[in-house]
Amino acid sequence: MGRFVARRLLQMIPVFIGTTLLIFLMVYSLPGDPIKSLFGPKAADPATVARLRHEYGLDKSLLEQYWNYISGLFQGDFGQSFTGRPVADLMSEAFPVTIRLALLAFGFEVIVGIALGVLTGMRRGKFLDQFVLVLTLLVISVPVFVIGYVTQFLLGLKWKVITPTVQDSENLGQLMIPAIVLAALSLAYVIRLTRTTVGENLRADYIRTAVAKGLPRKRVVGVHLMRNSLIPVVTFLGTDLGLLMGGAIVTEGIFNIQGVGFTLFKAIQTSEGPTVVGIVTVLVLVYLLTSLLVDLLYAVLDPRIRYA
Amino acid sequence: MPEKTLPHETTTPEAVSTALKSGAGKPRSLGQDAWRELRGSWLFWASGVLLILFIVMAAFPSLFTDVDPRQADLRGHYLAPPNWSHIFEGDWFGYNGQGQSVYARTVHGARASIIVGVCVTLAVTVVGGFVGMLAGYFGGWVDALLSRLTDIFFGIPLLLGALTLLQAFTHRTAWTVSLGLATFGWMQIARVMRGAVITQKQADFVTAARALGAGTGRILLRHILPNVIGPVIVVATIALGGYISTEATLSYLGIGLQDPVVSWGVDISAAQSQLRDAPHVLLVPASFLSLTVLAFILLGDAVRDALDPKLR
Repeated sequence: MGRFVARRLLQMIPVFIGTTLLIFLMVYSLPGDPIKSLFGPKAADPATVARLRHEYGLDKSLLEQYWNYISGLFQGDFGQSFTGRPVADLMSEAFPVTIRLALLAFGFEVIVGIALGVLTGMRRGKFLDQFVLVLTLLVISVPVFVIGYVTQFLLGLKWKVITPTVQDSENLGQLMIPAIVLAALSLAYVIRLTRTTVGENLRADYIRTAVAKGLPRKRVVGVHLMRNSLIPVVTFLGTDLGLLMGGAIVTEGIFNIQGVGFTLFKAIQTSEGPTVVGIVTVLVLVYLLTSLLVDLLYAVLDPRIRYA
Repeated sequence: MPEKTLPHETTTPEAVSTALKSGAGKPRSLGQDAWRELRGSWLFWASGVLLILFIVMAAFPSLFTDVDPRQADLRGHYLAPPNWSHIFEGDWFGYNGQGQSVYARTVHGARASIIVGVCVTLAVTVVGGFVGMLAGYFGGWVDALLSRLTDIFFGIPLLLGALTLLQAFTHRTAWTVSLGLATFGWMQIARVMRGAVITQKQADFVTAARALGAGTGRILLRHILPNVIGPVIVVATIALGGYISTEATLSYLGIGLQDPVVSWGVDISAAQSQLRDAPHVLLVPASFLSLTVLAFILLGDAVRDALDPKLR
């Protein structure tokens, strides 16, 4: 177990360096001068531009800039945004909001997704199954911004059940509907995935054995069936947590939530290189750690999987 | 009804000879098997008809409407509501905030979405398929290198990567948007391909081909590719719908296609501020978009069911 974790952690290093380098190159080597755009329509004073370039290290080669960035990162320094604020400062404001939103969405996905998936998987072909299946297809094919707008329009503007935009990001009640919108697509996938694996495993020999042994139904479904059916679902859920945080761009925009997606989108639009790279770096870390966690969970769910 | 189902009727000499002619006695290939399965699936026909409709709409929009999608009449038509009885006419779905016909714009908007969807899927299948095949077949350091490369790109979500890349282009066409999406979309196909090739390369027919002196290229293209293409096609078909949806999301965020291009995403993006007064301006292109995505997903589902012998 310890050796497996160590090996996986070592494997993460090239991926981490590669992904941050990729986003770094994309942000800094593509056309568009962030320093000149700071001056707006006014003519930029060449001396000031040169000074600012030097201050942000933009006069060095790209690889040198990347090296400086990474070595700063290990000292907890995410650099400074072009507006003069430390990126770490910006992120410490945005991340708590998004973490709340993403965890709400994730919880919704896990509870509703697995419950509905098991229910429909065990009643294949019945009305509930067909109904939920059609519903998931609908959710998958309607883009998330349309779902967001229609929800906001119906619940917020027409029936006035919720406030159309989130006023207070610490109020979990206000975050509820945006979280459901954010989770909708993944929820549909979780339901379909659980339904398929539960349906397949119901026909497995070990279920017949468990029933024949006279185990109560609760135990057959809750322990034998669930534990075996959850492996692909856990894989999906694990990679999804990171996506929920980064993919909140659209949902956060619609409901005016000042989280990571919102900040990231604004930074991309204004070519705020340090902010984009900083946020993506953290998102990549989240993604890498959750995929490690998923690998470890396999061993818990399936006793046949053992890590030496 | 008994005449039809009695067994002895089918064993008459004529029936046997027609059965032989139609090839019922011969072993069928996987493709033929899949086609027989598909023919009986209503999902396949429903999604197929819908897709053909959208493709014809994209290729020949003038068949559906002769109204110019860019012609704006603000004074006469500003946000005019739909006229449900005027089927196929300019005011069928009402007018948008520029006084343009929503119906004409929706018909003409199909082209951009379908071009982007098809281009991205082709690019992703070729690149991802190539990478996955090399990684799976050669193994060792090639696999290690290519798999890490796949992991690196997987670390950046599709929408986020495309946003960052496309932000640099001030003038964006369907080709640039396709490029942006394809750059961050090929990894899934690569993984599917790699897995499929690994299971196939141990097969006896590969050893036999090698023993007969076939080169690596021939083994890969003539022997392995036909056996692994099934799952790749399924993933690609389902992903195509997703790419169309992502293109619309990019346009909605203002970093996809741009205004002179008529596209569903651009129209939805423009309609969002008037959602309260004129929901039809947003809902009509959104419904067409969703139907296209749905059709591709259903088609992918039907093809998967047909290609998977375990489900029969």
